[in-house]
Amino acid sequence: MTMYAALGALEQGLVYGIMVVGVYLTFRILDFPDLTVDGSLPLGAAISAVAITGGVAPYGALLLAAAGGFLAGVVTAVLNTKFKILHLLASILTMIALYSINIRIMSGPNIALIGSATVFDPLIGVGVPGHLAGLVVYALFAVAVVGALIWFLKTAFGQTLLATGDNPQMITSLGVNTHLVIIVGVGLSNALVALSGALVAQNQGAADVGMGIGTIIAGLASVIIGETIFGASTVVRAVIAALLGSVLYRFAIALALSIDFRGFSFSPSDLNLITALLVIGALVAPQLREKVRRR
Amino acid sequence: MKRLALVAGIWFLLIGTGVAGPYLISVNQFVEHPALDAVLRGLQDDLQEHDVAADFKVHNAQANMGTAVQIGQQMIGERADLLVAIATPSAQATVQALRKAPKDLQRPLLFTAVTDPVAAGLVAAFDRPGDQVTGVSDLLPLAEHLQMILTYRPQLKRLGVLYNAGEANSKATLVALQRLAEQNGVTIVEATAAKTADVHAAVKSLVGRCDAVFIPTDNTIVSALESVLKVGGENRLPIFAADVDSVARGAVAAMGFDYYQHGRQTGAMARKILAGTKPSALPVEYQQELQLHINLKAAEAMGAPPPQQLIDRAAKLYR
Repeated sequence: MTMYAALGALEQGLVYGIMVVGVYLTFRILDFPDLTVDGSLPLGAAISAVAITGGVAPYGALLLAAAGGFLAGVVTAVLNTKFKILHLLASILTMIALYSINIRIMSGPNIALIGSATVFDPLIGVGVPGHLAGLVVYALFAVAVVGALIWFLKTAFGQTLLATGDNPQMITSLGVNTHLVIIVGVGLSNALVALSGALVAQNQGAADVGMGIGTIIAGLASVIIGETIFGASTVVRAVIAALLGSVLYRFAIALALSIDFRGFSFSPSDLNLITALLVIGALVAPQLREKVRRR
Repeated sequence: MKRLALVAGIWFLLIGTGVAGPYLISVNQFVEHPALDAVLRGLQDDLQEHDVAADFKVHNAQANMGTAVQIGQQMIGERADLLVAIATPSAQATVQALRKAPKDLQRPLLFTAVTDPVAAGLVAAFDRPGDQVTGVSDLLPLAEHLQMILTYRPQLKRLGVLYNAGEANSKATLVALQRLAEQNGVTIVEATAAKTADVHAAVKSLVGRCDAVFIPTDNTIVSALESVLKVGGENRLPIFAADVDSVARGAVAAMGFDYYQHGRQTGAMARKILAGTKPSALPVEYQQELQLHINLKAAEAMGAPPPQQLIDRAAKLYR
């Protein structure tokens, strides 16, 4: 792997890490498998692209994107809690609806942002090279998001959120409105995913309606890899592990792209297989370790 | 005259140095499907036939934008002599990686199979590409396409168009086609499919609502072409395509977008860049050659035998 590709993997790992932390929030904390993310990631990209080309400042565009993502999550959660649609199905419905909505928002499938104002401009303006500006901005955002989420989960509402995922019956018997908790939780998760999408679009130079495909796979893979390697004994540890899992996941892809061993190299079409093997490996490794320890 | 001889001499010298290679060419291809694969093959064949020794590092994003971006960054690090990006999303990702790359890693970039490089933000204008970026556009010669279909089916009133509304290329094609059709008194009937699994239902929705179906160079539809052809055969609804690979697979006819030729044209530009020409000196090119391909067997199955005048013009007939 070249140095440049490694920096790229780190950059991608951090920016998608914001999405992964969102997936962790629903998948692990709320026990809510949420496929909305395949639609809310491009939703964030679409909103920020339209906002920027419409003259909104890049950081303002991020806020709008996050708000849009929050709404998308709320729709999924309301379908689930108020209308009793199975969470998986509710999220799939929102996801496919978002495909059409994203095309509406962009008045087409793709908006180019190459040459537009971006959140990286202030850094580039003070002389940071372009390929490092993305890394710095993404790192700042990733750290800020992880920090904010850890703080949030320690508030009273955050504690209720944790308890809702653990034992909804108990929490309901305490007189807490679990519906509201789930709605806010799934909304927040998708706000993070959309924020990630908006940041990705500004860096890759385009928002594309197809860019969300595989988001949930990358998200789950990263959460699981992170848990396996860095552990998840406490919530703080688990959130940080999710972010680091995202970085490792992108490194694994970069490695697969660059392996060239005596003429053997992975065919491009092997990438999906490698992803699957990686996740299976991360899921199986702890069980194997447990078995060896028992002997 | 002397100057001409001098230029010719330099030209031969440049071609002569072509064998000095091997050059390293890094490729960012968006997805594997016959048309895009043909572009790559055309590029490789062109260089080989002109004795340009080149090693290729081919990356494929598996239709994943995130992977395309990572590939762009990977390619910058590979320090290739030339970067090639096949299809719009890959081109955008690679251009962006290139713009951010440090000076010593800057390399010329050639995009190909991109319909509208200006709207995609790759170049400022067709005749004024950037310092490092130029390429070949596959903007369809739609007037010729429509003319061929109307020669084939003079009674045609409603033309079905099957495409993925999520593909920028196809959306642009549709808008242009609608304008042209209107001038010719033809109504466009749209059907869209968001993914390959939806294609079958989409083409079925066109049965009875149109007299023929036209498929633009749409990645989703072309990937699932067989299901379209099946419906066309069952309902005697002729299926026309924009690319000739689809005719080989069983579409009735296409007015010559040959992605293999597109690749060869990209190869000709690649040779110029490898020989030292700056991309900024090479305007964005369009596909030059158009050929009529007809599949007689498919035409028979879909109840649309071609008129003799088109058979006479055809560059290739499948029997």
